[in-house]
Amino acid sequence: MIYLMCLILFSIGIYCILVKRNLIKIIIGIGIVEYAVNLFFILLGYRAGGRAPILDEKQVVQNMVDPLPQALILTAIVIGLAVTVLIVSIAVRIYEKYGTFDITKIRRLRG
Amino acid sequence: MNMALLPLTPNLLPLFVAIPLGSAFIVSLLGKKLRGFSDTFSNLATFSLFCFSLLSLLLIKRLGTVVYKVGGWIPPIGICMVLDSLTSFMLITVNLIAFLVTIYSISYMERYTDKWKFYTLFLLMLAGMNGVIVTGDLFNLFVFLEIGSISSYALVAYGVEHEELEASFKYTVMGSIASSFILLGIALLYSYTSSLNMADISRTLAQGKGSQVVFFVSVLFLMGFGLKAALVPFHAWLPDAHPSAPAPISAMLSGVLIKALGVYALARIFFNVLGMTAILSSILMVLGTVSMIVGVFLALGQWDFKRLLAYHSISQVGYVILGIGLGSPLGILGGLFHLFNHSVFKSLLFLNAGSVAYSIDTRNLQEMGGLKEKMPVTGNTCLMASMSIAGVPPFNGFWSKLIIIIACIQARHFVYAFWASLVSIMTLASFTKVQRYAFFGELKSKWTQIKEVPITMRLSMVVLSVICLFGGLLLIPGVQKNFLNLATQVLVNGNNYAQAVFGSLK
Repeated sequence: MIYLMCLILFSIGIYCILVKRNLIKIIIGIGIVEYAVNLFFILLGYRAGGRAPILDEKQVVQNMVDPLPQALILTAIVIGLAVTVLIVSIAVRIYEKYGTFDITKIRRLRG
Repeated sequence: MNMALLPLTPNLLPLFVAIPLGSAFIVSLLGKKLRGFSDTFSNLATFSLFCFSLLSLLLIKRLGTVVYKVGGWIPPIGICMVLDSLTSFMLITVNLIAFLVTIYSISYMERYTDKWKFYTLFLLMLAGMNGVIVTGDLFNLFVFLEIGSISSYALVAYGVEHEELEASFKYTVMGSIASSFILLGIALLYSYTSSLNMADISRTLAQGKGSQVVFFVSVLFLMGFGLKAALVPFHAWLPDAHPSAPAPISAMLSGVLIKALGVYALARIFFNVLGMTAILSSILMVLGTVSMIVGVFLALGQWDFKRLLAYHSISQVGYVILGIGLGSPLGILGGLFHLFNHSVFKSLLFLNAGSVAYSIDTRNLQEMGGLKEKMPVTGNTCLMASMSIAGVPPFNGFWSKLIIIIACIQARHFVYAFWASLVSIMTLASFTKVQRYAFFGELKSKWTQIKEVPITMRLSMVVLSVICLFGGLLLIPGVQKNFLNLATQVLVNGNNYAQAVFGSLK
């Protein structure tokens, strides 16, 4: 069920990228796609009722959340941040040059 | 080689990432203050990388597969870097082109302000590519892929004019979707095998029979890496992005980036990790052939020099994918050899286009004419590169295309062989047009004052054209056995990759 929601989120992001004409909305779409994948990866490591993966001498670990996806997603979020910063700065420069965020009006390259 | 150095050898591997990353940092720190520092330092860095990649070939001969344990952790738990023959082959290709391109950039990049920013991004991109090639861990591959991609997005926008920004935006959007697909594939593979180590995944998958999950993951990777490699349904960004970048970057993007991030990653994962199946093989062959045909048809009508070359990149990558997709030893050999050859002649052609733009500041073929008279070095090297890409003997492109076509016929895929030969003829037609309009014919009166480009630019073009001319010598049995055949063997062996990696740990 919860995986299905990831899929819906992913589809919303893809829809946003494909259909929207505003550069900023496309960037938001990219963000949604990235978050959907990140969320999916985190959920893969989740165990129902599991506890945080911290070892303690007294406790016997029985049901533990997988820590590896969390570490990986931390990296993936930072990468997503870098992409977002870069693409937003490109969008700002495009606005300076063309005076619009509408992709149907930004069409010098074709063929 | 000195035997005392042997225990140090696995430590060579992280240098392929550490040198460009460290140099990028130092160049960004000092490049602004000291004039000329960024030029010398970047050239030293790429030259040392090239030397190390040649050294890695010697190590392979002596030691076989070498594994470096990052942080001292044993591989299925920790991250590892793997050096085998295919890695070595790719490292040589990438670092050779990178070295020649940095020599070229010394003079060419004078037209832009803030050269040190260019070198910083360039070295970061190189670090990403080398990282993708040496890593033996799937998530690590994703991280390096992103380092390489993000710096290439920035480099495409380097000129900050209308076209550059538009192309870069398009490229970034498509590239980040591709990365999301790749990450999704990695997530599914991790949940299926509970490992991220490529050798370990390969071992787990070899035990169980192929399931739906593996096929779905293959499709995700095909979309992701196929977009990075600009295979045809995913090619729309390439003809915009590659011409918009400065010429040395176009040469790097078309020459090696699409191969290191796309073709190499695709081949490594499909053959060594997931295991090649008949369906995947035929998908690759169809995609390769379609790329070949569509690329060359679109290239025929172009008048922009660099855009024409970009379309030919799509077409030539189609050859590489067709060869690798055949899956037979001869096909893979042809594919890898064409990969190397294409890196050489396509970067040379983009450098030629850059030289023309440097002298007369236009990319439109109709405005050129008779440039050979004024720019003999550029004209002659471009002629050699054109004959090479069109497959005229004795240049290197002829031999690799011949091997691919023979491999198609051996595997009884006559249709693919037919299209491969036809596309080659059309490539020849397209480059005849380039030669006719740009370099032969009447010299236009407004170009009588132009001069040949500076010495460093000439030097790297001449070196590349010499490699074009003598590239066919790599097929001499003695040389082929030590270089191309070893790299082919890695892919042919498939799942034995896991045994090679874990075997070298003992």
